[in-house]
Amino acid sequence: MSAFHFLRALSQINKTTPKSSLLLRSRRIRHAAYASMAYTAGRSRLWSRALLRRLQRRSRLRYFSSQRTRAVIAPRRLKAVRPRSGEPSRAEALRRLVPGGAGMDYCSLLDETAHYIQCLSSQVQLMQKVVGSISS
Amino acid sequence: MSSRRSRSRQSSSSRITDEQINDLVSKLQALLPEAGIRSNERVSAASVLQDTCNYIRSLHQEANDLSERLSELLATTDASSAQAAIIRSLLM
Repeated sequence: MSAFHFLRALSQINKTTPKSSLLLRSRRIRHAAYASMAYTAGRSRLWSRALLRRLQRRSRLRYFSSQRTRAVIAPRRLKAVRPRSGEPSRAEALRRLVPGGAGMDYCSLLDETAHYIQCLSSQVQLMQKVVGSISS
Repeated sequence: MSSRRSRSRQSSSSRITDEQINDLVSKLQALLPEAGIRSNERVSAASVLQDTCNYIRSLHQEANDLSERLSELLATTDASSAQAAIIRSLLM
């Protein structure tokens, strides 16, 4: 399912981005990768909802982009993650890595992380397949 | 959504058992790349979380690298042959 979404985005990117803009195309491809991943997972997961929100915010900024707003898109503004009592210290780091992690309780964080990892690794495998098939 | 809400309400009064947490942690451990090698070891939750963080970071990095690679390939490959190759690889 995510394959179709991602490939369609790739085709669109290829048509609309000038061949010379390597960096812009690479950013759009990365955006498409995370978008198709989140879109496929849908609204059933906390991480995918958070990721979709984040991506929609970014693409809206890009649409109305001026020189000033461009600087806002690049650094990721993370919601403040504070240490919580009763959790291993590494939970903090995990909250920063999983979309929407800052607002999750520990149990949900573990559960969402498992699903996030599965989807992320599938997306990476898909991209490897695409690279493999184009470059051969 | 309602089941998730009631679960988080309960967790504030620590009704989430250690057993539930351990189950979730071992589920995570099973997803890590070295799961087959380490399945018999008793590892701490802290080290599973550490390995999980490292794994997620490496996946993010790989996604970045593959995006760059794809960007280069799309610039240099003829569109129709690229599409044919992709479709072929996904269907076979």
